[in-house]
Amino acid sequence: MSVAQEPARRDPYGVGRAPRVPFRQLSAEHAEGGVASKRIVVAYGFWIFLLSDIVMFSSFFATYAVLTNETAGGPSGRDLFHLDVVALETAFLLLSSFTCGLANIGALARRSLMYYGNMAATGLLGGGFLFLEMREFAGMIAIGAGPQRSAFLSAFFSLVGCHGLHVTLGLLWLLTMMAQVYAKGYRADIQRRVLCFALFWHTLDIIWVGIFTVVYLTGLAK
Amino acid sequence: MLGRLSWAAIPFDEPIPLFTGAAVIVILLGVLVYIAIKGWIPYLWREWITSVDHKRIGVMYVFLAMVMLLRGFIDAIMMRAQQAFALNSGGYLPSDHFNQIFSAHGTLMIFFVAMPFLIGLMNLVVPLQLGVRDVAFPTLNNVSFWLTATGALLVNVSLVVGEFSKTGWLPFPPLSEATYSPGVGVDYYLWSLQISGVGTLLTGVNFVTTILKLHAPGMTYLRMPMFCWTALAANLLIVAAFPVLTATLAMLLLDRYLGFHFFTNEAGGNQMMFMNLIWIWGHPEVYILILPSFGVYSEVVSTFSGKPLFGYRSMVAATLVICVLSFMVWLHHFFTMGAGASVNTVFGVASAIIAVPTGVKIYNWLFTMYGGRIQFSTPMMWSLGFMVTFVIGGLTGVLHAVPPADFITHNTVFLVAHFHNVIIPGVLFAAFAGYEFWFPKAFGFRLDQRFGKVAFWCWLPGFYLAFMPLYVLGLMGMPRRLQHYDVPEWRPWLIVAAIGVLLILAGICFQIAQLIVSIRGRESLRDEVGDPWNGRSLEWSTASPPPAFNFAALPRVEGDEPYWEIKQRAREQQVLRPEPAYTDIEMPLNSPTGFVSAFFASFMGFALIWHIWWLVGVTFVGAYATFVVFAWRDRAEYHIPAEEVARIDRENRAARRAALARLAEAAQ
Repeated sequence: MSVAQEPARRDPYGVGRAPRVPFRQLSAEHAEGGVASKRIVVAYGFWIFLLSDIVMFSSFFATYAVLTNETAGGPSGRDLFHLDVVALETAFLLLSSFTCGLANIGALARRSLMYYGNMAATGLLGGGFLFLEMREFAGMIAIGAGPQRSAFLSAFFSLVGCHGLHVTLGLLWLLTMMAQVYAKGYRADIQRRVLCFALFWHTLDIIWVGIFTVVYLTGLAK
Repeated sequence: MLGRLSWAAIPFDEPIPLFTGAAVIVILLGVLVYIAIKGWIPYLWREWITSVDHKRIGVMYVFLAMVMLLRGFIDAIMMRAQQAFALNSGGYLPSDHFNQIFSAHGTLMIFFVAMPFLIGLMNLVVPLQLGVRDVAFPTLNNVSFWLTATGALLVNVSLVVGEFSKTGWLPFPPLSEATYSPGVGVDYYLWSLQISGVGTLLTGVNFVTTILKLHAPGMTYLRMPMFCWTALAANLLIVAAFPVLTATLAMLLLDRYLGFHFFTNEAGGNQMMFMNLIWIWGHPEVYILILPSFGVYSEVVSTFSGKPLFGYRSMVAATLVICVLSFMVWLHHFFTMGAGASVNTVFGVASAIIAVPTGVKIYNWLFTMYGGRIQFSTPMMWSLGFMVTFVIGGLTGVLHAVPPADFITHNTVFLVAHFHNVIIPGVLFAAFAGYEFWFPKAFGFRLDQRFGKVAFWCWLPGFYLAFMPLYVLGLMGMPRRLQHYDVPEWRPWLIVAAIGVLLILAGICFQIAQLIVSIRGRESLRDEVGDPWNGRSLEWSTASPPPAFNFAALPRVEGDEPYWEIKQRAREQQVLRPEPAYTDIEMPLNSPTGFVSAFFASFMGFALIWHIWWLVGVTFVGAYATFVVFAWRDRAEYHIPAEEVARIDRENRAARRAALARLAEAAQ
């Protein structure tokens, strides 16, 4: 008996599985090729992880939105935020994303000057961003506007601090990747890690755009 | 030097935890010494602890879940016994201890029994069903397992060193804030869940990637077995929901450790925000557990009815609808918050709507059985028990979706009855069904059916005896979590519930006996071919236990039920598929990364709980160094030569050829 005749016989009620329909062909295209390449699998998996990270940030954003007016008689965003510092921070971070992209291209092209130079620039810009953020935090704590002061400030320090923590870990990763390329060269698995690092760094930028808008611009506009 | 840790942390004045803890330590040391004397440590290290093989990791997950099930169940016995005694008296458990027990029971059962059990089954089965050699990130998989084990370890350490949380399985503020829970109990809870939560999240990432990106050629999405679909849905939920749990618990940690004001009474903190956040994770969590269970039932019912799953596409749709709806109902956990009639109505209606796709599933299973040749094997018994019992639990759930009704039963044991009524038949029975169903795949021999059935017949009536009285008690107004009470009318029902728990205990004893008897009699229970149940999906097309590489050549999928079709053809034509062209196979190397990083994570968690800051620093550096060492390795794979692959595969082919011949003989 030929295989083609089988489906009709297997499901006597004919309800469960439709015959070959366009929808199935559509889904067939995705998986027909079998196992995806390592580069695709790694980048895809890392994207999923980044999405989960964004979900985590969304909880902090939502909390901030709920608590933004709970200043408990203390200072509000309007009293504390300085747009010039924030503009500088934003510039540093956006620029670092650009250099990070260049570093990724440098790694793909196996051009060491381009890779190391841009990684170093990314690191310095990220470090500059962190320095400004720490200075902002220290200044706020010094005038008694630390996270213990009010629910608003708790939410502020947690949201912005969580992003800062990501940048710090990103810098650790950046240095590790520079060392790794130095030690191991532009191997395929290391190229994949550089790609993941770049994705991570760009994601931090996206989060920062959210923070810039929701926290600083909205805070100052109130 | 040791932060808050001192000799006062050991409960010398409380005999129950002290002696239990001592007994556990003695047994644990005994087992370790026995293993060391037998010289099994190198074997365990090489083949299990550092293994990145999804099948081995799956088995370790299930083993962890079973051990934790015993611990969680002992907690259950203690609670039921306490409530059976404690009319107008203190019972035998001080309230301090009783509160820890119900908190530990819920925490363990959800996070360290239900989750690892199902994740273990996914690990074992999903790559095999997809027809691939491993998950997307094998080493990460091992890391996930060991981080989960770390969380379980920390919860159990709290038995002996310090105390566990007394706030229930979810740490609702302000009770869980440092002001009202100054001890280390809540910290044990928080850090165990944060660490194991990282493991769970990584599992989610791993399986979403595996299911969407790794398939045998021709295994299109709509040809994937139902269990893969439900595993995909559950892992999507993990990726979307677990970060919320991490964030919420992080906020509570900040409140407790650094004096933040997220959920405090002062300075603008908002407790109801905690309720919203935790249930935005908590409700999807319910479906993270139940969806893969539905997948198990789908496989079992279809296999033992000898029919393809009825309404496959509607089942896929129902799964994904539940996946989406699960994020839209969180508020029904606290209708009493006072969000107002409109908000409550929206969430009430949304909750009731979930019953529709779930009902679709129940009918699909019923119609799968209709007209089929049903075999009443043990996995099928669990499935049938589930269908009957789960519908009752589902109906009380729909009742809860009506806010005015929910107001009356809020925080009563009616609620306790409801969620046990869905989770035990829904998740635990599925875990048992899956355990019996796939055990021969993992170990090459079946479990003894007689013991399995006796265990089932203890569990099912045991469940009804233990939880139906709680519905009655709830309607009589009994609140949950009572250490003692003074209403004599409640007592008869509580005694019936306690008897039910004893019956369940008998069931568990029979399950342990079943395992022992089956291991001893494994020669007669041997699965020579790899297909003990006349299965339909690809996991049965390879040997039991499968070789490390799963398939000698990736199967080429051409229909909805690939293995069934292969088998039909073989039976009709009296010959196996042609031998594939064997080639070298590349497999991932084992790695101790997971174990070593979990070792550091355990101490880091312990140090954070007891405020031993220098140790936190040391362990962080250790964990980072572990990953750097891993990242620096030059070889990630090893080759299995084609001759070896051919030898292993030909063995299985010979067994299958013999089975085919036997079948032909029987037919004549």
